[in-house]
Parts: sequence; structure tokens; C-alpha cells
Amino acid sequence: MSQKINIDQTAELARLNLKSVEREKLAQDLESILAYVDQLKELNTESVPPTSHVLPLENVFRKDEVRKTNIRDAVLNHAPKRESNFFKVPKIIEGV
Amino acid sequence: MELYELTLKQAKELIAQNPAKQSELRESLSKRVQAVDPKIKAYINFTPHPNLPPQRGEGKSTISHISSPLAGEDKGGGILFGIPISIKDNIVTTGWETTCASKILKGFVPPYDATVVRKLKQAGAYIFGKCNMDEFAFGSSCETSCYGPTHNPWNLNYVPGGSSGGSAAAVAGGLAIAALGSDTGGSIRQPASFCGVVGLKPTYGRVSRYGLIAFGSSLDQIGPLTKTVEDSAILLNVLAGHDERDSTSADVPVPDYATFLGKDVKGLKIGLPKEYFVKGLDPEVEKAVKQAVQIFQDLGAAVVEVSLPHMKYAVAVYYIVAVAEASSNLGRFDGVQYGFRAESQNLKEMYFETRNQGFGDEAKRRILLGTFVLSAGYYDAYYLKGLKVRTLIKQDFDEAFKKVDVILGPTAPTPPFKIAEKLNDPLSMYLSDIYTISANLAGVPAMSVPCGFSSKDLPIGMQLTAKPFEEGTLFRAASAYEAATNWHERRPSL
Amino acid sequence: MSEYEPVIGLEVHVQLKTQSKIFCGCSTEFGAEPNSNTCPVCLGLPGSLPVLNQRALELAIKVGLALECTVSNRIKFDRKNYFYPDLPKAYQISQYDMPVASKGHLVIEVPPHPSLPPQRGEGKSAIKGNAGISHVSSPLAGEDQGGGEVPKGNQLIPKKIEITRAHLEEDAGKLLHEGVRDGSWVDYNRAGVPLLEIVSEPDLRSPDEAFQYLTGLKSILQYLDVSDCNMEQGSLRCDANISVREKGDSKFGIKVEVKNMNSFRAVQKAVAYEIKRQVEATQAGERIAQETRLWNESKSQTFSMRSKEHAHDYRYFPEPDLVPFTVSSKQIEQIKKSLPELPQARIQRFKKQFELSGYDAYVLVSDKPLGDYFEACMNERISAKLSSNWIQSELLGELNARKLSLRESKVGPKDLAGLIRLIENNTISGKIAKEVLPEMLETGKSAETIVKEKGLVQVTDTKLLEEIADRVIQANPKTADEVRAGKAQAIGFLVGQVMKETKGKANPKLINDILSKKLSN
Repeated sequence: MSQKINIDQTAELARLNLKSVEREKLAQDLESILAYVDQLKELNTESVPPTSHVLPLENVFRKDEVRKTNIRDAVLNHAPKRESNFFKVPKIIEGV
Repeated sequence: MELYELTLKQAKELIAQNPAKQSELRESLSKRVQAVDPKIKAYINFTPHPNLPPQRGEGKSTISHISSPLAGEDKGGGILFGIPISIKDNIVTTGWETTCASKILKGFVPPYDATVVRKLKQAGAYIFGKCNMDEFAFGSSCETSCYGPTHNPWNLNYVPGGSSGGSAAAVAGGLAIAALGSDTGGSIRQPASFCGVVGLKPTYGRVSRYGLIAFGSSLDQIGPLTKTVEDSAILLNVLAGHDERDSTSADVPVPDYATFLGKDVKGLKIGLPKEYFVKGLDPEVEKAVKQAVQIFQDLGAAVVEVSLPHMKYAVAVYYIVAVAEASSNLGRFDGVQYGFRAESQNLKEMYFETRNQGFGDEAKRRILLGTFVLSAGYYDAYYLKGLKVRTLIKQDFDEAFKKVDVILGPTAPTPPFKIAEKLNDPLSMYLSDIYTISANLAGVPAMSVPCGFSSKDLPIGMQLTAKPFEEGTLFRAASAYEAATNWHERRPSL
Repeated sequence: MSEYEPVIGLEVHVQLKTQSKIFCGCSTEFGAEPNSNTCPVCLGLPGSLPVLNQRALELAIKVGLALECTVSNRIKFDRKNYFYPDLPKAYQISQYDMPVASKGHLVIEVPPHPSLPPQRGEGKSAIKGNAGISHVSSPLAGEDQGGGEVPKGNQLIPKKIEITRAHLEEDAGKLLHEGVRDGSWVDYNRAGVPLLEIVSEPDLRSPDEAFQYLTGLKSILQYLDVSDCNMEQGSLRCDANISVREKGDSKFGIKVEVKNMNSFRAVQKAVAYEIKRQVEATQAGERIAQETRLWNESKSQTFSMRSKEHAHDYRYFPEPDLVPFTVSSKQIEQIKKSLPELPQARIQRFKKQFELSGYDAYVLVSDKPLGDYFEACMNERISAKLSSNWIQSELLGELNARKLSLRESKVGPKDLAGLIRLIENNTISGKIAKEVLPEMLETGKSAETIVKEKGLVQVTDTKLLEEIADRVIQANPKTADEVRAGKAQAIGFLVGQVMKETKGKANPKLINDILSKKLSN
């Protein structure tokens, strides 16, 4: 199962503009880690259910009630770029 | 004895007798930090952010870094009245920069408090400072911080462990009375072990995660790092409990954990997993842990061999499941709303450059790995597989706990290692979590307690693990052991 | 030359009418100051966590049941990961493999009549006089509806459109480009508003059917009162998936996704355009690109999103911050019992109870306020047929001309009933009534008052009418002879003359009878 990780494709999905100096080392690191995790295939887990949540909790709800929090100014104040009451982002040219 | 050397319990008693001691305690700690922290670098910040308007309820204080209890809240009777607590920098604190030791969050001042911080304040405590950590809690050595590594107070050439290395070092070095850390794969326990302090990872869901900047959402827990077992119980009493803001928070009553202290361990069944004592375990660590076993037997506990057959797969599972969750949790760091934003000509460039420049190497490694194991075509082979093996690991604990009350073993496979020793070998770094990771995967509580020193005079810790919501059993066993030993009385010479 | 058939599926996003957002307590109120309905959770601030709004789940289940879906006993949420500035966490909490509801259907009743019933608030309406059906003239219908009567109801053809699933998810914020220099603005007020995504099977076969599906769906949602269903405000959004294939072929053609349609009409037009484009391209031997296209309303065309789109790998995985949810069959039953009368049932009841044609019932029911208005009229015990006609043609025509909604009408059900009663008891003729109605709308006065004030009471004095009839017959011997000779239509002129003498206040039917009798010997 030892996958050759497509580092470029993965970096694209993760929105990381890897520089060539780091790209190789990262690809190698990831290869060796994937090789390590490959040992899981030794185990037969066909009839084993997956565990997404360790606690047997279910049906946690909140009531449909409005609760005001006035953090608008605080969050806009720490925006990298703010215009009026909006967060400002650069223009979209070729997708995101 | 200097005031900064006090345990939390002692500080409480002192202030209860004489409230004026609050400021003396603060002074003592501050002086200590100024004198010693430049060498240790346990702290990222110990003053709040300067430009913030006073938060509601925050009274004016003469000393800038005191955040007084919320107006109307407990002013004198809180069980942590006047106690300074140091907070790992991945727990949000309103008015204090919260960075996760990452460039990408530089300047981020949260507009809200984590639930645990609110609880501490309600109990009368105040935030003393924000502690250094591995970037986004990715690490076992506190070396991936963008602010540089924290140094082990016992020997500055050695790592304090991670990711809550700053919190552990602060407590060990007399730079904090007590601290909060977070634990996803051992990040409280392993640094506790490396620094000779007590570190507790509660049962998953015992303590609210609201306000903990997420790494592995199904694994994370906040917990105390303290000088003694008793201090840990006092803090857990405040931190634990259901939180309506956290859907994964358990609605289980919180006992008074202090009532478990000072109980004997006669008849307590202690399990030793045979998988723990294998090649790879440092002989000095093994010796220290085996000595601890002897002490428990002398105290009347029964020691039984148990098996955790899937233990060796724990690290592999973790580096699929935890990193997958992490890669998703870290998607929000994009320069849009807060933190670092790279100079860019267009939106796409903003995303790619901000994230690549803002994240350190280990963060990138984990983000890439996590993205990969979730991506189309690989989900079943990796992520789903990982979740299934997780079930097996959890079942191992369920089985073992049918036979024993507590599982005992080493916290870390080695004593502390040198700074930079493992930095270039990620896999070797990951394997230092081999004993701690399973507890996160299974959601069970576990505690690290000092149990010896290596020949290099570096701390060694043992780990006690219990059934879900049985922190009381941990306190019982740990306090009995602590009473029979005096590791906790040793202090590093700084 | 082979014949092609279009294959259309629709994805509709509906904002659910809860007070607070799906995972936090912020208000869902539309039109608030930018970024004022926000909190750490919907902003996705680091450390924040979601908690599910119970009402959002209830409303979702209601919709699922109304659409005849199987409501799942066990549901969970998943993360859909992608990057966009309006998505604060870089993932949307949605549902992947265990949605709230699945495998339902919606029955559309496609009227054979090409022109379509009046719609409330669906874009600008073109008025075709104040008589006839006032509706947006469909570019496809091309038929002009003159005349004063609603066309007699033909049998509607029912068609079942399968619904694949309905699932809950959170809405994203809004990105604003217009008027922003060198970039875009982000407003997170909308982030976290609960959405229900309803996905249909590709069972639709024409732009009309697409339109019908949307009106039918909106109708159900209106009756359930789960959403404002306002496409202009964005509380209802629609994306279309369109492909074409040769008639008789069972394989699907290449599917094209079309977005950016802001009204049901736009969907209809966009679908029509896209079908034409694909058929023409296929016939010319071109390959249809599997892509997303945007509808351009002003140009009435779809355009390819030329920007290089990153391949969407959403990396779905179970949301660790939310626990799973169990809905018992008992709970589902309870919710089912609490459902109001739904459009289909109401249509059947209208047909039975009021003996309306299928068509009339359909029109009145489709828009809940219209149906309610009609039922209120029925409480006044007036003719169902008259009410139906008057509501559909005259009332709506007058309201449309004044750009008023039914709610804003000064003429309520009781008022209209008053007018119709005057027709029923022959106080005024239908023709006169058509003049009274606008007066009622302008002044808010009752029909009786206006008739009295304007002296419009119908002349029913047969003696007087006989006298006038005699005079008219005398004055028009040639026409009179024509009628006597058997040319029945010619009587119309004579009726008109009598009407003129009575200043339109006589009952035309009565005049006709009188004249017919006089000229029948």
C-alpha cells in the first residue's frame, strides 16, 4: 500500500506554496511516515466498526434562542485588512 | 522558601490567611521569571496585549498583567482566590495574544475566553502568562515553536518535552505555581515526565474543549501541570464539568477529587502491560518504573500482568487520525480574518503564501499528511482503517480494565533527550509518544507522576491510566505513591 | 436527425426559518449591519465549537416528511473541506453519508396549458391587461391571454419527481465584489444560517417541469412555514444539472452544472438555453465539456466559468465536534402528525369540497396566501366558481398592475365576497363589478358603498327594459330582421344598444332574454 504521495497535488489541496528547498525534504519525510503507518494493513479490520467518537454521547442540542455577542468591533479591529464593517480580501483572479 | 516555590495548595493557604500575600506572590513569581526565563523560555507572553480596551468586568489593576475576577463573581471565596495560573498558548484568553507558537497567529488577540479560563477566573484565579509550546501542539519537544525552544530547567541543553513544554518547564522551574496544558497524544504527560512534575490528561469530555485551539478534535483534552498530585486534584475540581458550548463535553457529575487523596492502595489492582517492557525502552526508565511497581506492592497494591495487544499500532493510528483532523482544523488559518497575511496580488496568492510562510515545518508535514490521508482514493485505506484500529485499541483497554483498576507503565520510552537531537528525524520524535498516545485514542484518563531520575539527573516519569471518568482512582494511586516518595520535593538548580 | 431529450436535476438550498443559526446563538435576521450577527462560532474563530440547533433538525424532518422521504433514525454530520473567504473554518459542516432524509418524491402537476399561473414576487411581472390571467409571460409559451375568463380547467398531468435526499448544512458568509476597489468584502452575517439542501433525481424533462418542480417545492415549504422561500433575498437558491441524450437512450449524457439563477423564471430560461446549447453542440459533433456554467441574466446566456477551478476534493470525514443524533420512529410519527395540510391534500379537498376544476384548485393552492384568501371567501358562503375566477383574474390582475401583494390588498376576502354577493343577487352585472373592484382597491370602501355612491345599481326593472328593448328594435329594423332570420349573433349589437341606453347598468343576460323573446316570433 506504500503510496507515492503526490506532494504537489497534496500541497495544492492544502493551499501551501512549497518552495523547492522544502519540497524534497517534506516529500521524503512523508514517504517514510506513510511507510511506517502502512503496518496497519497487517490487521484484519473487516468486521471492526470505526471509532469517530470515543464517548457514547448523542443528541446534544441547543434551544433555538438568540444570544447576542458584541464582538464585531473586536474582530474587525484585528482583521489584517478592514474596510468599513467588512473584512477585505484581495481580488479573485484565477480561482482561490 | 521563596514564594514562587510554593505549591498551589500552600499558596492557597497563605492567601486565605493573609490576602495581602497575593501581590507578594505575584512579585516573587515575576522576579523569578525575569531572572530565569531568558534561559528557559517557558513563556511567550506574560503581559496582556497593550492596545485592548478593558474587557467587561476587568477591573483596573495597578499591575498590568493581573486580570481580576469577573465583576460580580467570587471576590474572596473562590477556591483559587489570588492564584496565578499559566496557560498554554493554544488556549484562548481574551485580552492576551494567543499564538499557538505560530507565526500565522501572531497578533491574534481572541475576543473571548476559553471555558476553562472562565472557570479559573470565576474561582478567583488570574492568568499569569501564556506558555510556549510546539507550534499548534505538533511535537514532543517544544522545539517547533516559532519563538524558539523551551529548555528543560533540569538541564538547559535538554528538551522539556512537548507540546506543553513551556507549561511543564514553568512549573518545574518555579516560574509558575501551576499551569494548563493540552494533550492530544501525550502533550501534557510527556513534558511532565521530562520536567519532573505531575501532568494529567483527563477523560475525553471531562474538561471542555471550548476555547482550545483544536489539533485532534476527537483526542484533545486540557489538563493541569502541577508540582504535586494534590495541586492537580484542586485544579481538576475547577476545570472539570459539562459545558453546553462543547457538544463533546460529558454530562457526568464532578466528584471532589481531593477526597481521593491520602487513601491507601491496599487491594488496588495495578496492571502492567507486557507490551510495555520491550526493546526500545530505555533501561534507566525501565528500572525507575519497576522500582515504582515495587513501591506500590509494598503499599499493598496487587500487580497483575495485562495485555494491550494493539499498542504497537497506536502511533501509526495517531499519525493518520490526528493529523487528518489537524489538517482540517488548520484550514481556517488563511489570513482572511486575523493573524498573519502575506503580501499578495490576488486571493489565491494570499492563501498559498500566507499558509506557506505562516506555518513551520512540522505543521506543514502534518497538514500535508492529513490532507493526503483524507483525499479521494485514500480515505478507506488510511483514515477509515485508522478509525477501525482505534476501535481495537479502545477494546484493549476495556478488556484490561475488567481485570485491573489502573494500568502502570513508563510515560516516555527515554529520559529527556538533547535539544536538536531528534528534530530532523520526525519518525523518531513521533515514537517518543508510544506510551501516551493510546490513552488519547481510547479517551481514557492518564497521569504522569515523577518516579526517578536518570544517571544524568534528568527526570523520569511513570504513567497511570484508568477507566473513563475514574480520575479519582488515578489520584488515589498517585497520591499514595507520592506520599511514599520524595521526587516531588526535588527542585532543579537554576 | 435524431431527437434529443433533456435530462434535468435540481439542487435547491433552502434557508430554514429558525431564530438563531444552526450551530450558535446568533440571529438569522436578514439585512442586519454587516458582521453584526456574529460570534466566535460562526466566525470560525480558533477554539470555537458548534452545537446543533434543535429546531433546525425539526424543520428538516418536517420537510423530509412532506416530501415523502424516509427520515433516518440515525444522522450525523461531516466536514466538507474547501477554501473560500466566505467559509470561515475552511470547511462546511454538512452531511455526507447519513443525511436527515432520503428517497422521497414531489408530484408536479404540469398544466397542459402552456401559460403558467400567477406567481407572487417572482421577479417582475408583465401585465397582460387587467383581464385574463395576469402572469409573467413565459418566453416559451408565446401565447397571449386575452379575454376575461380563466381558461376552463383541463386535466392536469401528474408526474412524480424523485428526491434523492435532503440534508442539513450551514450557510457560508457573503462575498461582495460590486463597488469594492481592488478586492472583495466579506460579511459573515449569513455564515451559519441553517440550510436544507434538497437534491432531486434527474427526472425533469423540460424547462417547464423545472419551473413546476420549483413552484411545487416552494409551495410545500410555504405550507410548512419553514422558510421565507425568497430567491431575491437568497433564502432559496437553485442550481441545475443539465444534460441531453438521444430520445430512447438510457445512458446519461455529459452533465453540466448551471449556477447563478436568481428566480424561478431565470432557472426556466437558463435550462432552456442550456438545453438548446447542448443539443446544437451535440448535433454539430462537438463534445460537451463537464463543467460549471454561470447564468447571465442580462445576456440571457450561460457562460463557462473560465477560471481554472481547483479540482474539488472535499475530503469528507465525520465531524468530530458534533456527536451523532438518534431520532426515534415515535418522534418522527409525532412530527408527521403535526404537519399542516399540504398542497396536494388541499388541492384534492378544494376539488371535492368546492367542486373546483383541477386547474383552478392547483392555481389557488400553489400559493398558500391565495388559497387562504379563497377559503376565507368560502366562509362568506359565496359561489366557489365566481370566487375562483375573480381571485385569479380580476383581483390578481388589479394587484399586479399596482405592484401590490395579496397581503397589501385593501380588498380582503370579506370585501371581495361583498362584491361577489352583489353579482350573485343581481344588484350589479359582472361588467359593472369589474369597474367597482378598482375603486375598492383605491379607496378601501366596500362594494355596497361604491355601488350606492355611484348609482351603479343594475337596472332589473323588466318593464323599463322592455320599453327600451322595443325602442331599440324599432330603431334597428335591419338587425332585428337578421335576428328573426336566425342570425343569432346579431342580437349582440342590440344588447349593446340597450346597455348603452341604460348606461351599462342593465343585466346583459336579462336584456338578451327580453330581446330574444321579442324577436322570436
